Amino acid sequence: MAKPKHKLGMGKTVGLILAGLVCFVLVNAALLHGTNLALFSPQGYIAGEEHRLMLYTVFILLDIGIPTLILFYFVAWKYRETNKKAEHTPNESSGKSLVFLTWAIPFAIMGLLAAVMWPATHRLAPRQALISDVKPMTIEVIAMRWKWLFIYPEQNIAAVNFVQIPTDTPVQFVLTADETPMSSFWIPKLGGQLYAMTGHQNLLNLMATSPGDYPGRTAEINGSGFAGMTFTARASTTDDFNSWVQDTRLASDVLDSSTYNKLLKPSENMPSTVYARTDPNLYNNLLVKYSGTHGGHAETATE
Amino acid sequence: MKEFLIGRLNLEALPHEWFTIGGTAAFFAMALLAVTVITRMKRWKWLWNEWFTSVDPKKIGIMYFLVSGFMLLRGGLDALMMWLQQSLSSGSSHGYLSANHYQQIFTAHGNIMVFFVAMGFVFGLINYIVPLQIGARDLASPFLNTLGFWLFVAGVIMINTFFVFGGQYAATGWLAVAPLSGTQFSPGVGVDYWIWSLQISGIGTTLGAINFIMTILKMRAPGMSLRKMPLFTWGSLCSMVMAVTVFPLLTMTLFLMFFDRYFGAHFFTTTLGGNAMMYTNLIWMWGHPEVYILMLPSFGVFSEIVSTFSRKATASYWTNVGGMTGVSAFALSVWLHHFFTMGSSADVNAFFGLMTMIIAIPTSVLFFNWIATMYKGKIKFDTPMLWFLGFVALFAVGGMAGVMMAVPPIDFQLHNSLFLVAHFHTMVVGGVLFGIFAGLSYWFPKIAGFRLNERIGKYAFWCWTVGFIMAFTPLYILGFMGATRRLDHYDASTGFRPFFIMALLGGIVIMAGVLLQIVQIIASVMQRRRLADPTGDPWGGRTLEWAVPSTPPSYNFTIIPEVTSRDAFLEMKKQGLPTKKVFEDIHMPRNTSSGIYISGFAYLLGFGFVWHIVWLIILGVLGILTCLIKRTFNEDTEFTITAAEVEDMEEKRIKKAHASRAGKDLGTDEDMGLKEFIIIVIKWALDIVKNKRWKKW
Ligand code: HEM
Ligand SMILES: [Cu+2]
Repeated sequence: MAKPKHKLGMGKTVGLILAGLVCFVLVNAALLHGTNLALFSPQGYIAGEEHRLMLYTVFILLDIGIPTLILFYFVAWKYRETNKKAEHTPNESSGKSLVFLTWAIPFAIMGLLAAVMWPATHRLAPRQALISDVKPMTIEVIAMRWKWLFIYPEQNIAAVNFVQIPTDTPVQFVLTADETPMSSFWIPKLGGQLYAMTGHQNLLNLMATSPGDYPGRTAEINGSGFAGMTFTARASTTDDFNSWVQDTRLASDVLDSSTYNKLLKPSENMPSTVYARTDPNLYNNLLVKYSGTHGGHAETATE
Repeated sequence: MKEFLIGRLNLEALPHEWFTIGGTAAFFAMALLAVTVITRMKRWKWLWNEWFTSVDPKKIGIMYFLVSGFMLLRGGLDALMMWLQQSLSSGSSHGYLSANHYQQIFTAHGNIMVFFVAMGFVFGLINYIVPLQIGARDLASPFLNTLGFWLFVAGVIMINTFFVFGGQYAATGWLAVAPLSGTQFSPGVGVDYWIWSLQISGIGTTLGAINFIMTILKMRAPGMSLRKMPLFTWGSLCSMVMAVTVFPLLTMTLFLMFFDRYFGAHFFTTTLGGNAMMYTNLIWMWGHPEVYILMLPSFGVFSEIVSTFSRKATASYWTNVGGMTGVSAFALSVWLHHFFTMGSSADVNAFFGLMTMIIAIPTSVLFFNWIATMYKGKIKFDTPMLWFLGFVALFAVGGMAGVMMAVPPIDFQLHNSLFLVAHFHTMVVGGVLFGIFAGLSYWFPKIAGFRLNERIGKYAFWCWTVGFIMAFTPLYILGFMGATRRLDHYDASTGFRPFFIMALLGGIVIMAGVLLQIVQIIASVMQRRRLADPTGDPWGGRTLEWAVPSTPPSYNFTIIPEVTSRDAFLEMKKQGLPTKKVFEDIHMPRNTSSGIYISGFAYLLGFGFVWHIVWLIILGVLGILTCLIKRTFNEDTEFTITAAEVEDMEEKRIKKAHASRAGKDLGTDEDMGLKEFIIIVIKWALDIVKNKRWKKW
């Protein structure tokens, strides 16, 4: 078959494309200027550790990835048909040492990564209690359609789509859901997500390190109100937190079973609300409601 | 009575929203157009006899390409609609789609792209190429193969039926996670369409895969031991073995879901002992291998292309085969990495993280082997090779993103984010789809008898690659910003918007790439004489598919070749191709329409279940059984072409090939460029208007 007469100048095309990509990178960089890369500006202990781990992994991967890509395109370019100087050995298959390298390099890299991954997975397991001198705090979180209900059993207050926590205090979120599809509880700046599921209890330990308002939301799709199922996590000093608790105790609304049942009805984009008191049995009632369900509560809670 | 006749169907099910009306209108307009054209050209009989009932894997392959190509446009439209919504819907603006409608679109998009685009193309390539590569005249079970294809078509029609009846598709994400997909949270017919579309096409996949495993294991040309098998066939074998292993799992999971939804069972519900986490496990036990089922044939395609265009034997055949079999061996041991965030213990998470890293090893090995193959080669950069070069960069990035998420604590931050979305699109588009495009442009001369326009092909490639980078870099960034996937609306303070707009622009560039591919095909058809491939071996091929003429006769090989080495055709060329033709009697399978009828009844059965129409269900079941039983009693499934007839057919074929190359082509350039194409099209249109040619129609 005849070669196409009209040959695209390969060099010129590639040059153009590269120029385009540079422009593109610049545009993205400009857009990035001033935006907040949540995962790169962690405000909590766990998020910080996860961020570190991520950078570490990326460096290991790029260490091998970039040279490999460069080698790849270099070889492709060097042995192009039009390069008369390059050697050409059509039938030679690679020697044993090359084959060995082919397998050894990926093994080494993955081995290295696995050695990092295994202990980190244990250390940063969501249910792993955080070590600190400060007494840990428990917050019960119930995913509902489509809002988050936070109950403070020790302070006897509650809030919807809003949670305030003291900084440098380990907080254990006890996650579950009621009459709601699987949801995922995620505050990117404080740490990774965990599912909130009916009839099941998951423990997520987080600790904020600096005060601020951090957006949180469900990361798992759970119906038409999914996009609006957001909340604010406010980290403040212990003093501020305590005075917020005092203020909240004066709030006009209380969370009794009739309020709870109202909350249970599907609604979207609910504004944040606080409740002065909670019915202490609410959470236990939930346990009873789903007690027939497989993978019941006690299982994870005891670990 | 009404309940019996039409089940739950009612007037409200008919189209009444803009998108269902639009969809229905498009559906009927296209059907009407097709019917008129075929009727006017008096092509019904020909279509039925030569195509629909054909058991020739080459024709079935082409039909797969057509259906999947069409679905690619449909799924691509969905993609643009989603990005448009996300570009608009920030802060006080809520875009033009409701949350529910948006959720249906991404669900349909995912299902269509995975099941009806990627799977369809993969099966098309395997159908066309594998028999040629292994030197076979037909398949181990041609009937299973047509049945598989027509069940696939029934699935395609089923997933698009919701436009006409019901007006809603599942709004649950492409895997219909439980308990969201249960009747408690998804009462409408959307999820039922999802179940039956996947169920029907999934069974088709299982059947097709069984046939190809048998074909590859049993029908290879004499001398072709497994250790001499071409790499695309190896990739296909690995893929089909995985498909047979895990598709029954999907079938079963769908049945359990179906029991929940129809008979009020409690496998995956929130109450009465249901366990939704079980569903998540089951669906990913199928879902993870599924992504590799799509990937492995593409690995095979690339392995062939690297070797052909570097004009060098694969550097280490066993490394290449080992890489592919290694991936499939471990494919069923990593599924939990899709839900590290469900709360398993650290040991479980770490184990599956480890397995995911292990499976990344054979994948990376393939890369090094491809580099070694190019080393000291003599590389030509035709479009198939370009797709390969683009694939490598994208796949490396996507693979590294994947390995990052294989570390559970990192995944806690990236799971369900747009970073994840960027990862798998890099893999599925940059890996699977680029592999398919590479394969299609590589084998196009074999399939059509003429090669594709290289010039426009290169434009298309660059649009795809640049568009892809433009569209998905912002998604990686959005992931880092903490943006979750599947958002139909977000707060203005998040700052997501500029990135979504960038992504939309990238999507438009990709669409331009798709358009260019269509233009490329049309332009190539216009210049088919000039681009013709009279030798059957346009690239200097190494494997047996290049030993047969382009396009191959229905029986592929007049004489089944004797294979003595790995690059069988290269070896034959070295030995000198036989000049004297010998002919022999050939046994071929007869056409059958059973596959179509069974699939038709399967469709009715599915439709009956969606709408609870009992008589349709009974009719469907009885119809399927009757057709199957009838088919088993049909012993006249083969016929013989005598040697003399073969000789005659060969002569005719050669004459026809000559005739088709005679005459003049449009255009002045060897491979016409865009400008010339546009000028020709405008002239043609003007000519029609000026000379009132439409009156003839
Ligand atoms: C180097 C090899 C690969 C690794 C290490 C890898 C790793 C992962 C991980 C850990 C996830 C889950 C992330 C999450 O949900 O949080 C994931 C998701 C996914 N991957 Fe990969 N992957 C690899 C290759 C591929 C390939 C080859 C394909 C497709 C051809 C693919 C397609 C997908 C898809 C479709 C999803 C997510 C689907 C969803 O959640 O809807 N991956 N991958
Ligand atoms: Cu996976």
